[in-house]
Amino acid sequence: MATITKPQGALVDLTKCIGCRGCQVTCKSWNQRSTKKTQMTGNFTSPGDMNSETYTLVKFIENDKDADVTWDFIKVQCMHCKNPACASACPVGAFTKTPAGPVTYEPEKCIGCRYCMMACPFQIPKYEWDKKYPVVQKCTFCAERIADGMEPACVKTCPPNAIIFGDHDKILAEAERRIKEHPEKYVNHIYGKEEAGGTAWMYLSSVPFDKMGFKAGIPKGPLPDLTWASLSKIPYAVGGLAVILSAIAFIRNRGNSDSAVPPDEKGKEG
Amino acid sequence: MSDTTNKKDLSVFSIGTLILLAVIAYGVYSAYYRFSYGLGPSTNLSDSVPWGIWIAFDVLCGVALAAGGFTITAAVYIFNMKKYKPIARPAILTAFIGYLMVVVGLVVDIGQPTRFWHPLVMWQHRSVMFEVVWCITLYSIVLGLEFAPAFLEKLKLNLLLKFLKFFTFPLVILGIILSFLHQSSLGAFFLIMPGKLHPLWYSKLMPQMFYISAIAVGLAMVCFESIVSAWAFKRDYETDIIRGVGKGTAITLLVYLIVKVADLGMRGALPLAFDGGTASKLFLAEVGLGVVAPMVLLAIRGVRESVSGVLGASVLVIGGVIMNRFNTNFFAQLGSGVSYFPTSKEIGITLGLIALGVFLYRLAVVFLPVLHEAKAEH
Repeated sequence: MATITKPQGALVDLTKCIGCRGCQVTCKSWNQRSTKKTQMTGNFTSPGDMNSETYTLVKFIENDKDADVTWDFIKVQCMHCKNPACASACPVGAFTKTPAGPVTYEPEKCIGCRYCMMACPFQIPKYEWDKKYPVVQKCTFCAERIADGMEPACVKTCPPNAIIFGDHDKILAEAERRIKEHPEKYVNHIYGKEEAGGTAWMYLSSVPFDKMGFKAGIPKGPLPDLTWASLSKIPYAVGGLAVILSAIAFIRNRGNSDSAVPPDEKGKEG
Repeated sequence: MSDTTNKKDLSVFSIGTLILLAVIAYGVYSAYYRFSYGLGPSTNLSDSVPWGIWIAFDVLCGVALAAGGFTITAAVYIFNMKKYKPIARPAILTAFIGYLMVVVGLVVDIGQPTRFWHPLVMWQHRSVMFEVVWCITLYSIVLGLEFAPAFLEKLKLNLLLKFLKFFTFPLVILGIILSFLHQSSLGAFFLIMPGKLHPLWYSKLMPQMFYISAIAVGLAMVCFESIVSAWAFKRDYETDIIRGVGKGTAITLLVYLIVKVADLGMRGALPLAFDGGTASKLFLAEVGLGVVAPMVLLAIRGVRESVSGVLGASVLVIGGVIMNRFNTNFFAQLGSGVSYFPTSKEIGITLGLIALGVFLYRLAVVFLPVLHEAKAEH
């Protein structure tokens, strides 16, 4: 059983998804997630949105095509970014981008500031609002299964094989091959190839992604670079300010008896 | 050492103080409820709105409103503007109390309050939150040391006082640097959310704009406080000081406005301010009422020289910065489609912290040499 260190990836071919929610159920079983009481909302997505007990969710999307209503399905889970915003936001380093691909989380470190939830461009981390001492919950990419050479539970269960899993570069190549061989079937966009600097999970679709409930306007570059651009200047700011402020204070306070302890008082202290 | 404050006028248990104590009591009850039952039952926070008024007001606004501490110490000690010496100690006191309230607010807000110390031990230097926690912790200590002379004078510990005075300049410089870092980093929080924040607010210059607006509101708070405490403690208005600080506020607002408009222009986002949508209305209200109006008012000599004029302008600046932080934290967040209104417990804790701050300020002024410290010293 070889340890996997090469980045792994997953591709969801939405044209193959039949909306059976098998992935959702298997995910709950494998990760021992409980269920929450839901209410009818007029939409078949159930529960209505992801929550701390639901790591993956099949959303039922209604679209119009030639005056007919169509149903499309998308599977949502943590995208496992190459450069995760959550990991860079976390003040205690509770999130780790592992070499094999999964972004993992250590709940015992978490202080509960919820900056990860604000920072995530896909709004994936969910909080245990009903607990007295809550932690963050999100899809683990079945990190332990991957470490043991298995595929994630949702991939394993998918009846129409809509999800494929393997080395990230091979999965990406397969996505590109499918678009190239069937340009009439797919929109020419692999969602997750460039979004937020690239993600381990990628999608193919026959309907434009913004009409499938995917978030549009996600920057192409890694998000942690945006805050690092500001944080990395800190040493220079500290040094520069220390010098400038000292110089101004020295010049402006020359000959000011108030600015320093007189020598005779210094003597008394020693 | 003569004490210029007339203690007969400063009874601690006035009607105002009783109201403060009532609000504090409700805050304590709200905090008890929050710690007993957790965030879910006590707040309206959700996965869609993870940061509520405790972050938006207690932290983002609280830190900005306490910026008078570093701006006035910079003016008095670094630039040697002796005129402002009398307000240095009240400004440091306000900042110190303000930061204590921010720290309490943060501990209340985080989901695992008993782990508040984790960022000090588990370093993650690429996190803005990590940097902010460190800066707020260190700056609270700096402010405590900057205010310590008031205690030492009261207790007549002159040797310790002289010892501490030796560190006045290093402490002031450290305080200014720490303030620069975390005041701007509160803006840097939102740099990682380009897809979420409306383009009227999202900018690479958010750290700089948070810093400049903090200076403006810090100065406005100093004016506001000077006027209100003169009124509350039946003292003469510090008209000369207020006029000078008011002028400084106007200049800072002008710099802020230039940076803001230039940034919007260069990003091509300026037309969005006038498209008539909700965001444009919020933006125009924030910049019009909170930046342009007080700047114009304070530029007029007659307004600057009238106490009510400066008071009005200061309130506008304070309101403007509060609007800016609330817009950034809630209203400019795109596509959430979720409404949020804080629960009575959330409001109770926020109001309780404000009341506790005012009460502590009042106690300090009555029992410690705070007001007109310069006169008492020489």
